[in-house]
Amino acid sequence: MPKIEIEPEFCKGCMYCAETCPKKVIGTTSAVNSKGYQYAVPLHPENCIGCTLCAVICPDAAIEVYKEE
Amino acid sequence: MKKIYARPKGLYRNINGYCPGCLHSAAGKIIMSVLEEMDLLDRTAMVDGVGCCANNDNYMDLDAIGTPHGRACATASAIKRCSPETIVITYQGDGDLASIGLAETMLAANRGDNITVFFINNANYGMTGGQMAPTTLLDMKTTTTPFGRNPKEHGYPMDMCKILSALRGPSYIARVTCIDVPNVRKARQAVKDALQHQVDGKGFSMVEFVSNCPTNWGLTPLESLRFAKERMLAEYPLGVYRNL
Ligand SMILES: Cc1ncc(C[n+]2csc(CCOP(=O)(O)OP(=O)(O)O)c2C)c(N)n1
Ligand code: SF4
Ligand code: SF4
Repeated sequence: MPKIEIEPEFCKGCMYCAETCPKKVIGTTSAVNSKGYQYAVPLHPENCIGCTLCAVICPDAAIEVYKEE
Repeated sequence: MKKIYARPKGLYRNINGYCPGCLHSAAGKIIMSVLEEMDLLDRTAMVDGVGCCANNDNYMDLDAIGTPHGRACATASAIKRCSPETIVITYQGDGDLASIGLAETMLAANRGDNITVFFINNANYGMTGGQMAPTTLLDMKTTTTPFGRNPKEHGYPMDMCKILSALRGPSYIARVTCIDVPNVRKARQAVKDALQHQVDGKGFSMVEFVSNCPTNWGLTPLESLRFAKERMLAEYPLGVYRNL
């Protein structure tokens, strides 16, 4: 199953990724990072299809994507 | 598991100082990813303008120099002439490139100096609190045009791609944006094409990024993307303006 990793310390909570993801994988919780930003998290990782669109749109390069070989 | 999308290697592993949703970050990310792909990271020097781009210092791991406001193109031309093997890029806001540095920009373009200019157009002076820039849209409210930009008093938005395309010196000029995925991909291609022009010694190249400034526009990041799409792109059409 494909997988995304969002680095909380690079994320500023702009939500461009959540808006872009066709499978609505990404959202937020009440957690904030050391700068106080409510960072994005893969709330529904099981729905990820590995399309990389969230990573492409993320301005802060906080998202990396993995797929089985 | 195979990593199929990675953070560009040239970005420092820390958070940068740009505001949430600011597409300055996106431009820097694309530039670094293309420099990595073209294997140019080790031979590139970046000349930063003055403004929010000062945040590049803790974002992009490149040899870099800061210049007095507006003088980036002159500095870059000098570096390139002294060290032709170095890939020389500038990274400038609209206040920097189109206002205080207009002479330096025009003259470097007119000389066809073999440098690549990255121009971030967010329609205001972001760093100093959102004053009007030459690129501010008509009717747009800024801290120095509180009733909106009025052409009789403040002049018209300046289209730098068109203005520079009127010169014979430039070899590549394009306008892109990072407001959605298809456009991010096109922006990446334009950055690559511009840098290839420099590698091939063809002369002055520029990529203008139609950007946003959620903080000074008074919009959320997502609202700022909609504003950029509806209003900025109407004034600043995307495309390749020069490709020799
Ligand atoms: C000679 C000079 N005048 C004025 C300033 C103050 N100043 C610093 S940043 C800035 C605005 C930069 O705006 P822009 O180039 O549009 O970049 P942005 O911050 O929007 O990315 C100004 C006027 C300065 N540093 N030097
Ligand atoms: S696009 Fe990037 S910075 Fe914005 S919320 Fe998503 S992971 Fe965070
Ligand atoms: S002030 Fe505007 S241009 Fe500067 S970092 Fe913030 S959003 Fe970006």
